[in-house]
Amino acid sequence: MELSAGTVRRVNGPLVEVDGLTGVAMLDVVHLGPERIAAEVVGLAGERATLQAYEYTGGLRPGHQVEATGDRLSGLFGPGLLGQAFDGLLRPLSGAPVWLTPDREVGAGDRAWQFEARVSVGDEVVPGTVLAVVPEAGPVEHRVVAPAGVRGRVTWVADGPVTVTEPALRVDDRDVALAERWPLRVPRPFRERLSQVVPLHTGQRVLDLLYPIARGAAAAVPGGFGTGKTLLLQQIAKWSEADVVVYVGCGERGNEMAEVLTELALVPDERTGGRLVDRTVIIANTSNMPMMAREASIHSGIAVAEYFRDMGYDVVVIADSTSRWAEALREFANRTGDLPAEEGYPATLASELAAFYERAGRVVTLGGRTASTTVIGAVSPPGGDMTEPVTTGTQRFIRSLWLLDRDLAYARHYPAVSWNGSFARDADAVGAWHAARGDPAWRSRRATTTALLAEADRLASLAEVIGTSSLPAHERVVLLAGRLLRDAVLQQNALSGNDASCTAAKGAALLGGVLDVVDACQRLVARGVAATTVEETDLADLVRVREEVGPGDAEGVAQRCAEVLARLEELA
Amino acid sequence: MTAQTARIGFGDVRELRGPLLVVGDVDGVGWDEFATIDLPDGSVRHGLVLEVDGDLAVLQVLEGTDAISPGGVWVRFSGRPLQVRVGPDWYGRVCNGRGEPLDGGPPIAGEPRPVAGWPLNPTRREPPREAVLTGVSVLDTLTTLVRGQKLPIFSVPGMPHLTLATQIAARATTAGEGFRVVFAGMGLTHADIAYVRDRLEERSAAGELVLLLNAADDPVIERVLTPRIALTVAEHLAFERGDDVLVVMSDMTSYAEAVREVAAARREIPARRGYPGYLYSDLAGLYERCGRIQGRPGSVTVVPVLTMPAGDITHPVPDLTGYITEGQVVLAPEVAARGVYPPVDVLSSLSRLMRSGAGPGRTRDDHLPVAAQVLAALARARQAAELGELVGVSALSETDRAYLAFRETVERDLFAQGTDEGRELADSLDRAWAALDVLPRRELTMLPAAMVAEHLGSP
Repeated sequence: MELSAGTVRRVNGPLVEVDGLTGVAMLDVVHLGPERIAAEVVGLAGERATLQAYEYTGGLRPGHQVEATGDRLSGLFGPGLLGQAFDGLLRPLSGAPVWLTPDREVGAGDRAWQFEARVSVGDEVVPGTVLAVVPEAGPVEHRVVAPAGVRGRVTWVADGPVTVTEPALRVDDRDVALAERWPLRVPRPFRERLSQVVPLHTGQRVLDLLYPIARGAAAAVPGGFGTGKTLLLQQIAKWSEADVVVYVGCGERGNEMAEVLTELALVPDERTGGRLVDRTVIIANTSNMPMMAREASIHSGIAVAEYFRDMGYDVVVIADSTSRWAEALREFANRTGDLPAEEGYPATLASELAAFYERAGRVVTLGGRTASTTVIGAVSPPGGDMTEPVTTGTQRFIRSLWLLDRDLAYARHYPAVSWNGSFARDADAVGAWHAARGDPAWRSRRATTTALLAEADRLASLAEVIGTSSLPAHERVVLLAGRLLRDAVLQQNALSGNDASCTAAKGAALLGGVLDVVDACQRLVARGVAATTVEETDLADLVRVREEVGPGDAEGVAQRCAEVLARLEELA
Repeated sequence: MTAQTARIGFGDVRELRGPLLVVGDVDGVGWDEFATIDLPDGSVRHGLVLEVDGDLAVLQVLEGTDAISPGGVWVRFSGRPLQVRVGPDWYGRVCNGRGEPLDGGPPIAGEPRPVAGWPLNPTRREPPREAVLTGVSVLDTLTTLVRGQKLPIFSVPGMPHLTLATQIAARATTAGEGFRVVFAGMGLTHADIAYVRDRLEERSAAGELVLLLNAADDPVIERVLTPRIALTVAEHLAFERGDDVLVVMSDMTSYAEAVREVAAARREIPARRGYPGYLYSDLAGLYERCGRIQGRPGSVTVVPVLTMPAGDITHPVPDLTGYITEGQVVLAPEVAARGVYPPVDVLSSLSRLMRSGAGPGRTRDDHLPVAAQVLAALARARQAAELGELVGVSALSETDRAYLAFRETVERDLFAQGTDEGRELADSLDRAWAALDVLPRRELTMLPAAMVAEHLGSP
């Protein structure tokens, strides 16, 4: 098809209207003006096309030339993603200049990659077949998978290093390169969705013990500013049991992205022996980078995740923050003059959210491997208002909600995941999974804990009216139990080498131990020991044990709990 | 402001609406261009292109459209975005909100730079690491400022936020060195301006101060520009000359109102409380210009000051600011009422970068645990105080009463200090330990046992 050209008619920030483009389709990419700024077609009316531009449009004026490309907004997926940072349109930031001007050069990646072919001439391949592996810096084996539509017999394999876009092998008469171009907004195909639940261990006790997430599920983390959203997400990025982590900084702070990059480069990955950064892809569209590229960054992130999923990996996508993405949608909708729905957001907000979260899933890939994309999105409700459209819309499409509570954060209880309001729809199935893996008590511990926390909260508000001393002894022990669960189990110190992450075994030992201590206290008061005596017993040893023994040291925890129990018995 | 190489001008003014001027029959005008507007009486105003549509251009007039009538106006477009001249000549100068001298001196010379700036590549940022010591105990101990951070002060009208901001500006040091200060005043009263100039006189005399002042009775739209000029000047001084620059911007609420005024004149669909949906991005475009760059010596540290209308922290301006900045320092009338200066509500305040700027190798080994313990104890003390109000203090447990005593001690001995007093960090931390000594030892669960023994002795 002949690619058409047209002229700019109207410029209003990222909204550009052009005349004279023919034969373009919605979501086609168009280049604008002398700097060839990328823009997407978002509306067509006769000869007039409405575009959203992905760069600063300063200086663009009526009469400037525009050129259709005939392509959708797409990225190049191949070796060289891991350990690197990209902008919202998946252009490399590592190695880009200090100041990001629109006319910066984007290197096409002229590095030649050594690869090991996994097929030979004459082999039959279908979409999903592993054609080759490319050794990268880290422990993740980069598998080059036959793209959708590539089916036939291998006729040629290159015998030396190739760049990502050069042909590496040929299937029938079709060249296949190490990298694949894929439209960012289109989900990558897979064979089937799996429904059985396998938990994703995050290393954060409050999540793993109370509000677990399944592999391939979606979770949201709503929280006002200062509630520790970003820190919690960074902890998940560091410690979750994923093969690959895609961290999307969407309209967030530049210093934070710098921090993530530096920290991940320092932290060793104990599961693989490499560095954490080598299993991580960072997409950074900070809040001062062009607004519409922020809108694209979420899709870039999930497309990268699906690319690694198709290699057979369990991938976690962390998007911080989806509210900034929704704001980009709103900003643009306002400029085009769309009728607003709630709070100025476009009426399509819910369907846009669904389109994003529904790309999560645990699937059988085209190549027959079981793999997953888990999506964790931060939500930043304005004014901490949990009834605003992005928060309420998101809750409908997720399996786990980790609600961050400002009061907990102000009391420096981190992670500030609230136990009133958070949920995990897969908790029962995760319980069954733990039972099948030799921990049948997981479910009952969780039930006891949530009941104790709720009861302790109820009694605390009662005590505010009538005073603690007016409560019966067994209720005062419940108050003590609430405090112990919060301080000894649910709080976690992200800075402590021992406490930053926690294995399932240590978490189980810690929660089990604290519940035993609570039972012992109840027995003591039942036998007539004064509640004040129990309350004033020094239990600091129990509170400190999470920081004092190693992240996997269940034995150490059990021993300390036994000592505390023995001391309590002496009170009787 | 920059010298103009004027291209052809246009005189067909079609519409005037609030701060907006629509000029027709234009040709070759690009979006976001800077323009000069000549009035029939010989005076000159300035504008920025907000939209171009065919042969129409919509401008926002920085000085406002007062007394402009459509006839006889001549608009000259500069062919590029608004620029400001940057350089060391700025030190010691006092200018209005558009960067024109108020001190009788010559226009400032230097290289022109676009005021909007460019986004800084996040992979080239150096994560902030070095503590900035302000000499203010409550900040240094509990919400440590870090070089290259953005830490706003949230206040309400009538609180001493300018006193605190100027105290920080005058005393802040990092690794023993002082800061250069760029102060951007937006919508300040003349009394406030005089106060700021007086408080920062020493810095000004040393030629280490840049003042950009938009008074409360100056043109409102000009305020949209003031912080951008301040930051463009600061970026140059920091990243090209290697200075440590502290940018104080007050009052951001007045700035946001100017942004809202333009949005309303353009009939944009408002988001919360009439503010435009892009207020977050707009504020981020300012605050994000702080930081450090790998391999370069200087830094830009930003301290925005804003007053929360009716003390409402969920108001869009403090709310969006809080989402962008790395923490916040909240001033509270209740604390001021107890006679404490600075009246910081420590439980609502936070410095997100404190954990990378304080602690072993940076300040003192006990700094972070002590801060965590003081805050946890204050949270508990607040509960105890609320309970005490209902049931009477005498009905509280002995532990709860100890927490109340702790709060009194810590506010009196650690938080309260003079408006010109500077305290060493070691002194502040020792005062914190002395206050913690009021609590029963078993309550100090945030502190390692060995550290407690070292500072407070064996029980």
